[in-house]
Amino acid sequence: MNISEILFYFLSAMALGSAIMVVVSKNAVHSVLWLIVTFFAISGHYIMMNAQFLGIVNLIVYAGAIMVLFLFVIMLMNMNADSEPKKNRWMKMAGIVAGGCLLLVLVAALKNAEVRGQQTQFNEGNIGLIQNLGQLLFTEYVVPFEISSVLFLSAMVGAVVIGKKGD
Amino acid sequence: MKIEFYIFLSIALFCIGIVGVLTRRNAIIVFMCIELMLNAVNLLLVAFSKMHHLAIAATNPTAGTDAQLFVFFIMVVAAAEVSVGLAIIVMMYRNVHSVDINFLNRLKH
Repeated sequence: MNISEILFYFLSAMALGSAIMVVVSKNAVHSVLWLIVTFFAISGHYIMMNAQFLGIVNLIVYAGAIMVLFLFVIMLMNMNADSEPKKNRWMKMAGIVAGGCLLLVLVAALKNAEVRGQQTQFNEGNIGLIQNLGQLLFTEYVVPFEISSVLFLSAMVGAVVIGKKGD
Repeated sequence: MKIEFYIFLSIALFCIGIVGVLTRRNAIIVFMCIELMLNAVNLLLVAFSKMHHLAIAATNPTAGTDAQLFVFFIMVVAAAEVSVGLAIIVMMYRNVHSVDINFLNRLKH
């Protein structure tokens, strides 16, 4: 096994382990921190596939902005420990069984898919570089790009209007 | 790496996110598991873009770039959704002082 495969398995184990810890943690702040570890693992996968722009943007936007927003809201609500007085164990078991069934169904459906055995290009290839992405973004996809700025404007206005304490 | 490793990893992350949405009662943790599901989909899109690029690179040198731009737009939409969703959660907390989804479920009482 060369170093790329070892790195792939290590990053995958880190992503899966920290995702499970997100779901299992009692403290909300711990869940946010484990989710940040998950985002680091996924950004590591992006950089291994030479999608450099997406790897860095994933870190900056998700782990840097969205998770900080979550932490602000959690600190605002002063959630120390997750207070769930009457935990219904059967509902939790039903949820885990439902997720496990979905996992089984998806894996069984895609196990013998036609694309199996095709390689993903590792460590090379220049479609992830920001120059190539930018050339496509500003020629073919410039309309969705501009509309996404309108989306951000509407999201900001909506968040401020919802959060107002006014009358 | 073969593509099926990425497919199974993405499916596993997605199902962990679904288990989190179904199991947890804190609305913010449910929201974080939704972000986890979105990230699983992003990972799979980038893996498929690299596979597609490797397969067709001879004829079309910029073959898989659309998928990475799609991931970029998914991140855009996720950021907007998080800001509005957290504003809603803060507003509900201000009214009922709880973010328990079983309590927020009975909205009319």
